[in-house]
Amino acid sequence: MAQATGIKEIIKPENLVYRKTKVMTDNILSYCPGCGHGTAHRILAEIIDEEGLQSETIGISPVGCSVLLYEFIDIDWQEAAHGRAPALATAIKRLLPDKFVFTYQGDGDLAAIGTAETIHTCNRGENILIIFINNGIYGMTGGQMAPTTLPGMKSSTSPYGRDVKLMGNPLKMTDIVATLPGTYYVTRQSVHTPVNVRKTKKAIRKAVHYQKLNKGTCFIEIVSNCPSGWKMTPVEANKWMEANMFPFYPLGDLKVPAEENAQKTTNSEKND
Amino acid sequence: MAKIRGSIVVEIDRCKGCEVCMVSCPTGTIAMAKEVNHKGYFYAYPAHPELCIGCANCAMVCPDGVITVYKTKI
Ligand SMILES: Cc1ncc(C[n+]2csc(CCOP(=O)(O)OP(=O)(O)O)c2C)c(N)n1
Ligand code: SF4
Ligand code: SF4
Ligand code: SF4
Ligand SMILES: [Mg+2]
Repeated sequence: MAQATGIKEIIKPENLVYRKTKVMTDNILSYCPGCGHGTAHRILAEIIDEEGLQSETIGISPVGCSVLLYEFIDIDWQEAAHGRAPALATAIKRLLPDKFVFTYQGDGDLAAIGTAETIHTCNRGENILIIFINNGIYGMTGGQMAPTTLPGMKSSTSPYGRDVKLMGNPLKMTDIVATLPGTYYVTRQSVHTPVNVRKTKKAIRKAVHYQKLNKGTCFIEIVSNCPSGWKMTPVEANKWMEANMFPFYPLGDLKVPAEENAQKTTNSEKND
Repeated sequence: MAKIRGSIVVEIDRCKGCEVCMVSCPTGTIAMAKEVNHKGYFYAYPAHPELCIGCANCAMVCPDGVITVYKTKI
């Protein structure tokens, strides 16, 4: 009984350290158990909340499992046709340059049907944020092979594993956009552990600040899971992702702003 | 000596039983219930509440955002 009283003493408003942000709606997420989409949505909503941008943000929701994203984060939205989110974001940001504008897209959306929009938007250096959820598969439509599917990885359309001779090589879109002059900040993160969630949140916060500088496209890939498509439990899927996805899609920054690099050099010179 | 004590509240009916919180808890506070919620999932709950340090790791990784965390010094 003493223990129960102890807990009651802890659960008080003044002791609150974490609660889901009000920028998330109360709608139940339409995702499978353990799917990284939910975590990615939540930290994005947290940043929008913490930066006071709820009424200043316009999101472009994709086609894919996250097609109903506009039901889950309480901001202004535009739904795009499959793959076309960066084109819509381009128009919206140009018309309303003071808004924080982002797209949220899966790998089928961004790296297959929307390849052209992705590359040209990044090459033009549109002042938007692209969030790219790479789970190596077309989740929504039943786990078909995507351009991002790993060599040897099984999917419903590569049941014996992806044979690159027959099916081509996987595409590293993030590496490609990092080479384009229009991108300002390009990073690859994940949301499957507390440390990774915190790092990804930091990356999104940076992208929000960079957008205010009007310096070009920010691109954040989140290597994520698809427990249902991969036919694993969520915990197994996360382990599989660490063992197989991360060696092919290594986490970390691919392009950081020149100013920040210079800053780091001066700091380290100072420290020397 | 002051001790950090934490406590979590899981919204049972919104939990999907993915176990991601359980494996992310550094203190082994969380376990999965032996009974299911109204959706049919074995939901997460603080099986060893006295171990919780309020680090919020579980809440950070919960894809459904169903964990609320409290922390205090006792
Ligand atoms: C123009 C068009 N072509 C094809 C589809 C079918 N379709 C719906 S979702 C999807 C793939 C989604 O995969 P991804 O972007 O990786 O998102 P995930 O579900 O994996 O998060 C496809 C091909 C469509 N809705 N519209
Ligand atoms: S099918 Fe895959 S990507 Fe879609 S909600 Fe389920 S786990 Fe997530
Ligand atoms: S707050 Fe930390 S210690 Fe407490 S249950 Fe969650 S992960 Fe475990
Ligand atoms: S991470 Fe969230 S949804 Fe998954 S078991 Fe824990 S509380 Fe339930
Ligand atoms: Mg996908």
